[in-house]
Amino acid sequence: MRAMAFGLLLVVALLAAGRAALAQSPETFEIGLSTDSISITSDFAGERLVIFGSLDNADQKILRQGGYDIIVVLEGPRRPAVVREKDRVLGLWINRGSESFETAPSSYALASTRALRDISGSGILEQLGIGIDNLRLGFNRVPGTASPNRDQYAAALRRLRGEEGLYRETTAAVQFVSPSLFRAELALPAALPVGQHLARAFLFRRGEFLRERSEPLWVRKAGFENWIFEFSKDNGFVYGILAVALAIFTGWFGRLAFKRD
Amino acid sequence: MSFYLPIAEISVNILVIVGMGAAVGFLSGMFGVGGGFLITPLLIFYNIPPAVAVATGANQVIAASFSGALAHYRRGTIDLKLGLMLLIGGAVGSVLGVFLFTILRRIGQLDLIVSLLYVVFLGTVGGLMFVESVSAMRRGGGSGEVGRRSGQHGWIHRLPLKMRFQRSKLYVSVIPVLGIGAFIGILASVMGVGGGFIMVPALIYLLRVPTSVVVGTSLFQIIFTAAVTTILQASTNYNVDIVLAFLLMIGGVVGAQFGADAGRRLRGDQLRALLALLVLAVCIRLGVELVVYPGELYSISLPSGESD
Repeated sequence: MRAMAFGLLLVVALLAAGRAALAQSPETFEIGLSTDSISITSDFAGERLVIFGSLDNADQKILRQGGYDIIVVLEGPRRPAVVREKDRVLGLWINRGSESFETAPSSYALASTRALRDISGSGILEQLGIGIDNLRLGFNRVPGTASPNRDQYAAALRRLRGEEGLYRETTAAVQFVSPSLFRAELALPAALPVGQHLARAFLFRRGEFLRERSEPLWVRKAGFENWIFEFSKDNGFVYGILAVALAIFTGWFGRLAFKRD
Repeated sequence: MSFYLPIAEISVNILVIVGMGAAVGFLSGMFGVGGGFLITPLLIFYNIPPAVAVATGANQVIAASFSGALAHYRRGTIDLKLGLMLLIGGAVGSVLGVFLFTILRRIGQLDLIVSLLYVVFLGTVGGLMFVESVSAMRRGGGSGEVGRRSGQHGWIHRLPLKMRFQRSKLYVSVIPVLGIGAFIGILASVMGVGGGFIMVPALIYLLRVPTSVVVGTSLFQIIFTAAVTTILQASTNYNVDIVLAFLLMIGGVVGAQFGADAGRRLRGDQLRALLALLVLAVCIRLGVELVVYPGELYSISLPSGESD
């Protein structure tokens, strides 16, 4: 109950802060993706996604001083995940402890104008959930027992996904190509998850969060392999029967081809 | 020649997979076993997710067993009635096994149980076979045929619900027959094997089925157990990789033909000693992996246990 009240308060405070910023800031901000869908074929080895954006009505003085910062992220579909830890039991390495995360993004690529800690205070970034360390993983623990998002399992989740290239942060990958136009480049990994991704861009002015824009991006599998994959998920029973029929036919054909009874 | 497997979701070298199938096919032709107990661990060593390796192993076994069973059917060395009874037990076992498989995967212990079962079964069967074949070589027996013991296991023959199996010249209770079938069915689904390496000794030593009809009958029932397992795995766990299975089958069918020729040139006891060593080698390799420090202690999966 208390957590809820606090959350509500936070939302109200954020809204108020947002309105205050809006009132003071005439800047407008839009983004566009170089593509609205990505097809993953069997030889997909990662891709570069370019996100363009415009920043209008900016204060020219602040702009020249480099007072505007932009963070662009591409968030993969949020899916529940279980992280397990192996432990030695009777000489064998066995999965012992585990932790569930309800809403961990399956991938997260971030590009920013500068290092995150130079853009804004950690409190603001944490509130907005920006940065690998501030991702909202949907940690399912009784409140008060541990600091959420900071335990060993959350750390392992971030590290493992980081090693696979699924979670990645690049600084200086957002650049102004003209005073009102910027360009962000995100390197997407070969193991890019399928589903609806969300490209989000955040505008900061001298450490203060101004506004956010987002655009969806669809990632789909394509090709023969995908057709088999989809079929096996949608028609498991028929797929199983076909697998059996194929095996019987191959066995029978082998018998015919090499008859030696 | 790399190729992306749709269900296993990794790229593999086609030649390696076909070669793997051919090598196992060669051995299965040589020793008269299905080869599932070799295919599944080999696939796991090649980084195929264990859940996919198990389900695809069951699919691959069908082709090898069907090919072998056809030959036995022509020679009349299949006891269809006995096979049918084993089959009823086997179908029940498969359903139980796939259920067990789904639960184990959800609690994150599937890989461990699969490895442990392999270590225990391969260790036992390989050890017994090795001891038996070495002592046969010492005796210098030329044929190396496994002798039929008699006398023990009287309790099996005292059980009720007796049934007559003409081709096997057997009058025995159906309870142990159904039981053996069910046990093999569970192994088939959890380990991805046909179960020939358990079935053959069980039929010979427990039921005293004549050796001549054992292999054919066992192959006949394995086709169906493996088929039920494949369909169940495909419809509940979605982990049968038809492309991987097909590549293995192609290699297997060709390899089996050459293996059978090679098998005829070796003496029975030497053949069994070789197979025993091979079985023990796979067992040790799997066992070591359970004990050695894994390097990475953490893993991520979906709540169902599927790798993500």
